[in-house]
Amino acid sequence: MDAPPVDWSVIFGALPNFWRGLQITLMLLAISMSSGLLLSIPLGVLRVSPRRWVSGSVWFYTYVIRGTPLLVQLFMIYFGLAQFEAVRESVAWPLLKSAWFCAWLAFTLNTTAYTTEIVAGALRATPPGELEAARSLGMGTAAIYRRILLPGALRRALPQYGNEVVMMMHATALASTVSIVELTRVARDVYSDHLLPAEAFGTVAVFYFVLTFTLVGIFKLLEQRYLAHLRPKQPERKAG
Amino acid sequence: MAIATTVAPQTSTTAPALEAEGVRKSFGAVEVLKGVSVAAGSGDVIAMIGSSGSGKSTFLRCLNLLERPSAGRILLGGEELALQPGGDGSLGPRDPAQLQRFRSRIAMVFQQFNLWAHMTALQNVMEAPVQVLGLGKAEARDRALRYLERVGVAHRKDAYPAHLSGGEQQRVAIARALAMEPDVMLFDEPTSALDPELVGEVLRVMRSLAEEGRTMIVVTHEMSFARDVSNRVLFLHQGVLEEDGAPDDLLRHPRSERLRTFLASTLHA
Repeated sequence: MDAPPVDWSVIFGALPNFWRGLQITLMLLAISMSSGLLLSIPLGVLRVSPRRWVSGSVWFYTYVIRGTPLLVQLFMIYFGLAQFEAVRESVAWPLLKSAWFCAWLAFTLNTTAYTTEIVAGALRATPPGELEAARSLGMGTAAIYRRILLPGALRRALPQYGNEVVMMMHATALASTVSIVELTRVARDVYSDHLLPAEAFGTVAVFYFVLTFTLVGIFKLLEQRYLAHLRPKQPERKAG
Repeated sequence: MAIATTVAPQTSTTAPALEAEGVRKSFGAVEVLKGVSVAAGSGDVIAMIGSSGSGKSTFLRCLNLLERPSAGRILLGGEELALQPGGDGSLGPRDPAQLQRFRSRIAMVFQQFNLWAHMTALQNVMEAPVQVLGLGKAEARDRALRYLERVGVAHRKDAYPAHLSGGEQQRVAIARALAMEPDVMLFDEPTSALDPELVGEVLRVMRSLAEEGRTMIVVTHEMSFARDVSNRVLFLHQGVLEEDGAPDDLLRHPRSERLRTFLASTLHA
């Protein structure tokens, strides 16, 4: 009974830092997911293009990104590019030497690759009859995408996209390796200051856990709202 | 959307509402339509019958170019749809805008209803009038409600297609077609996907549309509809229009052996 099993004072003392780390984590997640989603929708449309070179180019991008670890991608952008004189002298250098910019770029490229495939899969799952009906009533291609294909596909993609958001939220921990003080980095600092790994990483795990279930809950609500049309028929009445 | 009243051909006083001439269609080496011509006058209710594989659905789908014919002409109210050969030997539209205008005036009802799953019944009916005809939301809503009422599903306006019975879905699909206030309505086996007890409600709606004087071309297996509602029956066999006549005449006194065989098989099916 010499040392208490958990040193609560360390945890409470570090809470303000964890709180700031949480904000950074959420910020990283928000900027990466929003730019990723914006890119993924047009890329998803191109991915299902009947033109082979169009869909093939998008496929190549998603294949390469999905085939390599995010940590490697982040290191290549943050450390790898800096090795080249040409990069250090280019106009992009002020951006590329910023850890924030590199983290945002790596996360965006990564989530875009996965989300593009999710969007493309959902587009492919459109019942052909819905397209025929739209065509038969004189709707043009742009209107069909805007009103029929994308609204249907993005709704269908919602559960999978929810998973992607949670995975990316966990992946923001990698930003700690390029000096961004988000949740995981706070935990590592607490650990190295006090050499109390259970307190440091246990606390951050609770933060991530709560964050995960908040996100899951938000997506549950979104699904209830936007996937009402896929819920099984209520046992209300039979034929009309 | 311009209502293009083109110059009517000099030969006739009023052009047929919809006319197809010498429509041919091949899938690979198989020719499923071997030059079919049909002219639907305004107010005509034409029933197309024939065994499966006779090409009747394909013909219907060629009329609005959901299926691209390999040869033939299509005229709507005397205006010819400009066609040009595509890469695969089939005919495509020369002017996509003209095709869209044609399609907005030829509404189609499908075997599988093909409602848009993420929209409620009301939204399904409002969609094309807003997007294609350029109606305002309020006007489209009024119109949609009127046609949902007309087919007897107004009380289900806020339901999603998956929550409707097959008969209700098909009636919403008919309301969706009606809301375009089209010149011609095409029905592609509208009752074939329905449970037997739901067929009647859809046929009743179609009969009342026919009585309103709407121009309809109906591909059907319902001989009662062909006999009682249509004013003309076309019998297709292996891509050829075998018989064309008044229902009484054609169904009671089939001239060809093939039609006799077909009628015998459907009656005892």
